[in-house]
This record gives sequence, C-alpha cells and structure tokens, in this order.
Amino acid sequence: MSGRVVVSLQDVKRDYALGRESVHALRGVTLDVTAGDYVAIVGPSGCGKSTLLNLVGVIDQPSGGTVSIEGRRVDGMTDREATTFRLRTIGFVFQRFYLLPILSALENVSLPMAEAKVPGAERTERATKLLEYVGLRERLGHRPSELSGGEQQRVAIARALANKPLLLLADEPTGELDAHTGSEIISLFRRLNDDGTTIVVVTHDEELATAARRQIHMRDGRIVGDAFET
Amino acid sequence: MLGVSIAAAMLLDMVMLASGMRESFRELLMSRGFEIRLAPKGTLPFDTDATIPDVAAVSATLRTNADIEAISPVMAASIHVPVGGRNVSSATLGIDPSVQGDYELMAGEDVIRADALVANDYLIEQLRAKVGDTVEVATGYDPQTRSYTGQRKLVLTGRVRFIYGASRQPASAMRRETLEGMVEPERRNRASLFMVRLRQGADAEEVRAWISSELPNVTAISIATAIAQVDQRLSYFRQLAFILGAVSLFVGFLLVTTLVTVSVNERAGEIAVMRAIGVSRAHVVQQIVLEGVAISLAGALLGLALGLVTARYLNAILSAFPGLPMAIDFFLFQPRAAWSALGLLVMSGIGAGIYPAWRASSLPIAESLRREAIA
Repeated sequence: MSGRVVVSLQDVKRDYALGRESVHALRGVTLDVTAGDYVAIVGPSGCGKSTLLNLVGVIDQPSGGTVSIEGRRVDGMTDREATTFRLRTIGFVFQRFYLLPILSALENVSLPMAEAKVPGAERTERATKLLEYVGLRERLGHRPSELSGGEQQRVAIARALANKPLLLLADEPTGELDAHTGSEIISLFRRLNDDGTTIVVVTHDEELATAARRQIHMRDGRIVGDAFET
Repeated sequence: MLGVSIAAAMLLDMVMLASGMRESFRELLMSRGFEIRLAPKGTLPFDTDATIPDVAAVSATLRTNADIEAISPVMAASIHVPVGGRNVSSATLGIDPSVQGDYELMAGEDVIRADALVANDYLIEQLRAKVGDTVEVATGYDPQTRSYTGQRKLVLTGRVRFIYGASRQPASAMRRETLEGMVEPERRNRASLFMVRLRQGADAEEVRAWISSELPNVTAISIATAIAQVDQRLSYFRQLAFILGAVSLFVGFLLVTTLVTVSVNERAGEIAVMRAIGVSRAHVVQQIVLEGVAISLAGALLGLALGLVTARYLNAILSAFPGLPMAIDFFLFQPRAAWSALGLLVMSGIGAGIYPAWRASSLPIAESLRREAIA
C-alpha cells in the first residue's frame, strides 16, 4: 500500500448503550485508506461495518481513538463543523436512495451544490454532466417516482459526487437492486474509481466486494483481514 | 387537511363575528349621512314610545348652529288598515321626504302629496294592494277595543325599503303633517327622533356636546357614541367570538403540529440522509417550518371558502331575529379580518412547525439511518 493517506483511523472504538448494557460495535480499529483506493468492507451483520463507515463519514463520533481525514481530526467536530466538512469532502450513497420525491433528478443532484452556494448556472451544468456520466442524460427532468431503482441509485451517486468529494462512501449500494441492475452500479463504481475517486463501500454483495481493489474483513468490531487486489 | 380547514373556517367566522355587527351597524348609520340622532332624554331612538315635544322649537334651536346642515324630525306611530274584516297593523313614520334618511324608494313616487303613503313589500303584501291603490287608514284607533272613530284615505304611491327595518315587519311612511292629522291632538308637534346632518368637516362630537347643553331634554347620540353603546351591548358576542376563535386557532395549531410530526417521522431517513450529505440543521428546520406554513396556508384558503359559506348561512339565521334591522350583518366580510385570520394561521403554522423541525434536525444521523435500515 502506498500513496497519500486520505483516511486514518487509530484504535477507534465505538460503544453503544443498550439499556444497562454496553454494546461494543468497534473494538479498536486501525485503518488507513489512501487516495484512489477502492475499499470494500465486508463481514457478517452486526460486525461493525456500517459503524465504521459512519465514523469515516463524520455522521457519528467514536467513543475512543482518533479519526483523521486528509490529516484533519474529525472526531470531536461540532455539528456545524461536521456538516460543512461532509458537504465539501464526503459523498454518501445509501442502500435506499432517499431522493427528494418532489425534485427532479437534476434538482436532486443540484441540492448539495445549492447548499454549498455554488452559482445556479454552474450547478445545472455540473449536475447535467454528472447525470450524463451515470448514464441518465435522458432523465434529467424525471422525478424519482418516474425512475427505476437502478436509475434512482445512479441519481444518488451523481448527487454524492456533486461537490467533487474527496471520498465516496457507500453503504450497501446494491442492497435494493436486482442482480443485473446491481452489476451496472458495480461497473459504475469501478469506472468512478478508475477516474480517480476514492471509494469505501460496505457490502454483503460478493460481486461488489470482489470488484473493489481492497477487501477489509470485519468480525465482532475488529478488522480480521485486509486483502489487496493483486 | 380538512380539520385544519374547518378550524380556519371557524377562526375566520369568529373574526368576522367579533367585528362584523359593529361594522355593519356603523355602515348602516353612515349610509344616509346623518351623523347625530336626537332621542327623548334617557332613551335610544325608537326604544320607547317617548317623544320629544315642540318640534318647531327644537328645530329652530338646532338651526342656530352653523355646523348643522339638515334636520329631519321623525314621528313614529302605528297605523291600522281594515282589510277584509281584519286589521293590518303597521309601524309608520311621519317624515319630511326632502330630508328623510329612513328608507329608499324602490318603485313609484315618494310622499310628495299630503295623502301619499309608501310601504315596504311586506305591508303591501298584507294589504293585498299595489302601487297606485287607495287604502283607508283608521284614525282614532283604540287598541283596547280595536275600534276606530274615522278613516283617512291615502294613496299608496311607492314601494320602499326601510333601512333600519326588521325582516317581515310591515312598515310604512307618510308626511309628518299627514300622520299628525291622524293621531291624538296631544301627540302632535312631537317627534320620536331627530336626525341631524352636519356640514362637511364639522366635528360631530363637538356638535353633540353643544346639542346636549342647548337641549337638556334630549339625548344626542353621535355615530361614535351609538357604536360605543352597541359595543357595550355586544360585548357578549365579542367575548364568545374571541374564545371560540382562540379555541379554533389552538385546534388548528395542534392539527398542523400533528400533521408535520407524522410527516417528519415518515421521512426520518430522508432527513437523516439530507443531513449526511451536508444539508445544515438550519435548512432542515426551515424546510419543515415551511411545510407547516404550507399546510396552514392551504387549510386557510380552503377554510376561507368554507368560512364564507358558513358565515352566510349563519348570518341568514341570525339576521332573521325579530326586531333586528335587516341590513345588520352579524358576519361581515372585511379584507382586514380575513388577513388577520390568515396571519394568525400562518403564525400558528410557523409555531406548529418549530417543534417537529427542532426534533427532526436534532436526530442523530447514524442512529436514524440504522433504524431506517432495520425498518
């Protein structure tokens, strides 16, 4: 492994209170992700994959250890700092697409750029390019209800790329798609990575995991395997 | 949404009711341009059978004030017309047609001639007469024995609408001297009411005070004092309207809060994702508050239509109360009232959105996403 470290986790722990019990979702994870990496985090349900992704995505805070992105500590950020950081640095794709139903594909993709105060004309131009990139050139004005599951996920990916993020995080991006559509999304991720996007994906999907250049295996809140594509 | 509309309709109706009768009464009093009314001391116009003596002397005194432009003495009495073995009774006014402010001529001719009589539709119907017919009006009528000593022939010259007349109340008018000729001698040269029109720019309260000092035997009532008296009498209505309006607003507030809360709960995942992709907490709050306002506005617009329909229906019922002038409206639509109701609803919409918005924006993103994934 070589190159610029984008994500660095040092002995990260995450505990949840479950009634009087304490659940240890992460039990001291240390991990580096370098620029241009395509990492798939795999493992059984409840092993801490999504928790790890949430910490990297700065939508959760660790109970112990440190999380740095591009050399900046993100654990302990205030809500406002974390929101701005996510907006500028991280793109998210989720299992459920969560597009705003009243907005068109173009408007959904433009939303993060509007939040980042990108000028209107630039927003439209970039959103159009992104939708073309994900193969939805003909669907710019369609609402989510008028799009198939695969198309909605493509719009969600385009939305995640809107503010040119340093890091693209995806949690089970093929989880709600059929095999064929899932394969298309996997190809899209591969193409994104080939074009330079750093991707961390959490998945149960073997095909998606195999497509990644690096596979991290987790069990009981720990990394138990870290394999690179040969 | 229907519940919000009903609450909005009720709020609008209560706002209309709170000020409607007062405004309607004011418009009614202003409609003929007489700013001051004189009634016998201690009474309200036509409240009792009491009269003001010596019309000529009172008129002469009033004419000495340069601010007074016109004086209209009005004498009120009852007339009785035998029609086919029964007596048709009617309230009648003795007026001077050149300065009267009690009725509008709808058809025919005013009481120009000494033997002319004008009547409203209801009396004409009771008399089974038409404009141009001659009717024989009883003179010297004794209400105890229901007998009369003579008759006076009058020509029904016109059909009129009495401005202060109640619904289904037979009413008529003739020249004051004609009416005086038909009543007992002791009631002559007396007036039940004087209506006083002021010159433009005159201060009604100043003239009223002057009349009160010059004519101690009369009660001078300006429109402002009449409205104050009406206000006093209608305080019950206003209080009721205020309470029901406040209840409607509160119910509307609760409904909007519930609707927005349910909507926010259903979209917890969507909101969490918005927050995850970098949408600020303030924008989430703004979005949800706007949703509350939108629900309130939509409910208000539907409620406006519903409120106007119900107000019209209720107004028709209440206006039919015996003794009330037909022209009085309980529910008077005023743009200002509608704007007030709309403003209150929008404010309540903002208030209703704040709690769900605060709650939604405060949800831990990761926890919300985890719950959504499990769901």
